[in-house]
Amino acid sequence: MTVVTLTINDELVSAQEGETLLAVLRERGVDIPTLCHLDGLSERGGCRLCMVELAGSQKLQAACVTQVQEGMVVHTHSDRLVKYRKMILELLFSERNHVCAVCVMNGNCELQWEAAKLGMDHVRYEYLHPELSLDASHDRFALDHNRCILCSRCVRVCDEIEGAHVWDVMGRGTNSRVIIDLNQPWGSSQSCTACGKCVQVCPTGALFTKGSTVAEMEKQHNFLRWILDGREKKVWSYEKNGK
Amino acid sequence: MNKIKFATAWLGGCSGCHMSFLDLDEKLLELANKIELVYSPIADVKEFPEGVDVTLVEGAVANLDNLHLAQQIRARSRRVVSFGDCAVTGNVPSLRNTLGVDDLLTAVYQEGPGRHPVGGGEILPRLLPKVLPLHQVIQVDAFLPGCPPDTERIWAAVSALLADEPLLLEPARRTFG
Repeated sequence: MTVVTLTINDELVSAQEGETLLAVLRERGVDIPTLCHLDGLSERGGCRLCMVELAGSQKLQAACVTQVQEGMVVHTHSDRLVKYRKMILELLFSERNHVCAVCVMNGNCELQWEAAKLGMDHVRYEYLHPELSLDASHDRFALDHNRCILCSRCVRVCDEIEGAHVWDVMGRGTNSRVIIDLNQPWGSSQSCTACGKCVQVCPTGALFTKGSTVAEMEKQHNFLRWILDGREKKVWSYEKNGK
Repeated sequence: MNKIKFATAWLGGCSGCHMSFLDLDEKLLELANKIELVYSPIADVKEFPEGVDVTLVEGAVANLDNLHLAQQIRARSRRVVSFGDCAVTGNVPSLRNTLGVDDLLTAVYQEGPGRHPVGGGEILPRLLPKVLPLHQVIQVDAFLPGCPPDTERIWAAVSALLADEPLLLEPARRTFG
């Protein structure tokens, strides 16, 4: 494999050709926020939190869907980027009803934590307060649109790992919704295997196990690495991947 | 040494932030040496005074009384702090914002069990169409998230405010919820 050399925050770095910029940043310990990215799933480039500046281009690029290139000059934490990242989070918080205090994921939520890390201590935009539904028709799991940020991890894990492709996204803009099968109650889905992978990868309280109340829901992503190592490398080792 | 004129106010919230404030326990004694508490739900003062240095405001702006007090606080305080999630985000009180005020009152009082109270007149403050975070009503100088903010957060914030320093909390102390 060819090695390429690039500059990240004024430091020369080598990387393998074909690697994404995000992978290289993470390997080097650059703390870059993400929400739609999850190790083991395909990239979506949807949340835009991992945007970086590339010299010679006015346009910001999402590191998760940008491949490293020879001579690339990257900045990851300019004032402009930090400002935009905060803005993105504020827009996410204002778009739906993220009431952390009464959420099942309070204390374990990736959205809540990214906001705290970036210092987003209030939202400058007007909250939309949309009237959104909660689908509790499934025996074991529930879907609360109030907390959904449309990261599409559920869509990807169900399609790519479980192979059932129960989930999709319907509509456009603020009217977008994750849907089950042909937009029907979860409990009526015949394609859902009730494996719960979507629940585990969901970064917020949008998908949760029934019976969990405020701050009780915790999610585990370990299974993804374990399944993929088995599938791709025929390695089945709990110890290597266990937390 | 002149004591810092300190106030706390309670708008649309559950008083949990004030309870957490009282949980400062023995630190309250230390605080008492540095501040003069000029207005608070835990002090018997009727009118929000002039010339306040720091005011912590708990609760969202839910009705006309909240709105008037918020404006008075702003006009009479040098630094105003959104104290807790309701003031910062609207939080639980803002859950009603998906309903119109009339629908809300009808659902709670007229369609609820028992006899509904007669009229509001001028006795009860009118509800605003939407519950608002404090900074959408007045200019706010610092934000202290949490539901409620725990005592470590409050102490870190109060210490910074009394020293007239900017309020910079570490990430784990500035989460919502």
